[in-house]
Amino acid sequence: MRRHVRIARDADAVWAVVGALERQHEWFPTESTRMEGSTRWVTLRSGLTFEEEIVTHDHALRRYQYRIVGNPGISHHLSTVDVLDDGDGGCTVVYSIDMVPDVLAMVIGGAAGEGLETLRRRLEHAEGAR
Amino acid sequence: MGRKILFVTTDQQRYDALGCNGGTVARTPVLDGLAAAGVRYTRAHPQNVVCMPSRSTMVTGQHVATHGVWMNGVPLPGDAPSIAEDLRRAGYRTALVGKAHFEPFLDPFLRFAENRLAANDAHAEWVDAPDGGRAPHRGFEHMETATHGAVGPFHYAQWLRAHHPDDVARFFQVLDRDLEVSALPGGDTGAPQVKRNEIARERYHTDWVADRTIAWLDSLASDDDWFCWMSFPDPHHPWDPPASELGRVDWRELDLPAGYPEDRAERERILDGKPRHWRGWYDGTFVSNYEAPARWVPATLTADQVREVNAMAHIENELVDEAIGRVLARIAARGWADDLDVVYTTDHGEMQGDFGLLFKGPYHVDALMRLPLLWRPAPRAGVAPAVVDAPVGLVALAATFADIAGLPRPAYVESPRLPTSADDARALGHERVLTEWDSVLFGKVVGLRTIHRDGWTCTTALPGTVHDGTEGELYDTVEDPLQRVNRWDDPSLRAHRDALLDDLRAHLPAPAGPRRPCDAPV
Repeated sequence: MRRHVRIARDADAVWAVVGALERQHEWFPTESTRMEGSTRWVTLRSGLTFEEEIVTHDHALRRYQYRIVGNPGISHHLSTVDVLDDGDGGCTVVYSIDMVPDVLAMVIGGAAGEGLETLRRRLEHAEGAR
Repeated sequence: MGRKILFVTTDQQRYDALGCNGGTVARTPVLDGLAAAGVRYTRAHPQNVVCMPSRSTMVTGQHVATHGVWMNGVPLPGDAPSIAEDLRRAGYRTALVGKAHFEPFLDPFLRFAENRLAANDAHAEWVDAPDGGRAPHRGFEHMETATHGAVGPFHYAQWLRAHHPDDVARFFQVLDRDLEVSALPGGDTGAPQVKRNEIARERYHTDWVADRTIAWLDSLASDDDWFCWMSFPDPHHPWDPPASELGRVDWRELDLPAGYPEDRAERERILDGKPRHWRGWYDGTFVSNYEAPARWVPATLTADQVREVNAMAHIENELVDEAIGRVLARIAARGWADDLDVVYTTDHGEMQGDFGLLFKGPYHVDALMRLPLLWRPAPRAGVAPAVVDAPVGLVALAATFADIAGLPRPAYVESPRLPTSADDARALGHERVLTEWDSVLFGKVVGLRTIHRDGWTCTTALPGTVHDGTEGELYDTVEDPLQRVNRWDDPSLRAHRDALLDDLRAHLPAPAGPRRPCDAPV
């Protein structure tokens, strides 16, 4: 499952938000985010909490990857978020999900799609947007 | 005072579920009485044969290509037009009690308003309206939600968990550990999605929907005008009615339905005459959609399993009929009987054994497309009882509700109102009804476009991962009411087939925009 959005802001400005992993709830449709070392807990509006292991957090590449861990209903998960410089002053944010059960990837993909759109609106309407 | 509107829907109910439509198993005296006093439609089709697209058509009055809910899991946008909102703005009190499903069910993020209500202990979510005012989500000032059992973020499940927690596990668990639709066998015959449910009848969702409808009606003033969508989750699978009611229909004594060819060779010969996805689903090699258990193989379905599933569904049909009777009695007690319009239908049908299949999918035959539809106009309107054979679609409902309320036909709807007679059908132009299917799931891409007119059902299978664009189905529903003979390739009917396809292309709206993403499997 993959979702993406084109944002008319430079990649560094977008990565400043996307790469701040403890601030994910500011654009992703979740209730709260808590970080401790390389572990992140994301609480959904339903009260469900996902424990996540951050496996990549690469500022130079503008990429982070995380796995949902400790959830018996999820046998495999790896999500990758990339901010790609389009070279024209804008960028593309790509959110990819590999997951078993795969139907849950659709659900997280749907949330990612909403989150990316929120991110675009927020950053393009922010001061300094092109 | 205006006319009151009780809009009753079931989920996944066949045309022959009702006695007035020739059904011989379930006793449905309440609905039969409404049919006798009102208008009964013998050729009503949905514009899509799964829940979300079909329900979106009901509330918007638009074909699938226009409202854009092309598959279960694609949410109807919050700002989509809604006949409920038009009625509310005209002064009607508005409610939806039961199954909504304009937005995906599988929603742990609670992204969608109809899924947030119960969690927020609310019955409406008010949002900014285009005119600068505030309006309830989807136009319903009161929503009390339910689905098939004690699952999901809905009011019924919340109520059951809070007050009768032991009942929660009594229902069939629809999803398995992998979140796939469960193929677990049950009942006496090992049929899929069948379970003996020891819940007390008064706590089953059918009676709950009626109870909550009555409670909302009781909250209204006598001179209020109102539109209430009472939406029963049954007889959609799982088939797990209250065990206390199982004596109503003994599956052992049930005749096999006419649509079930008991002889395996005949069954498979019929399937082989249809486009290849039919036989693929039967053999378990082709699953295109989430609405049926992916790990169940229809070829394993036995005659006794067909009997048991039918018995369960008809028990549920009887419970729905009796629940409607209770609501109508309360409405009469409030003094509203002479002002009451009742419209009854369902969102799509169910295979229920036809062709050796269960559930639903890209199969545009009467089992899934021919629906029960009744309109009992308010007695004071003086509309003569009628049986209308002209093809009509659920796309006509929104204009019908507007007409009942004395409102002009909204600009956004794509059909005239339902006709009240054969002459009225001709005058309104009800000549054809169109149905679309699109699915992109599990690596399978399937698209169907169907027209029904003049007694013929014609379906073209669009190019995808299964079809190359040359396959289709053509049935004479008068001479072949069970749709056993596919005449798509009959040279003598080539010109007729092509004329039907031309008519389909001429009348099906073009997509209103780019295809929106699917946010969940259901």
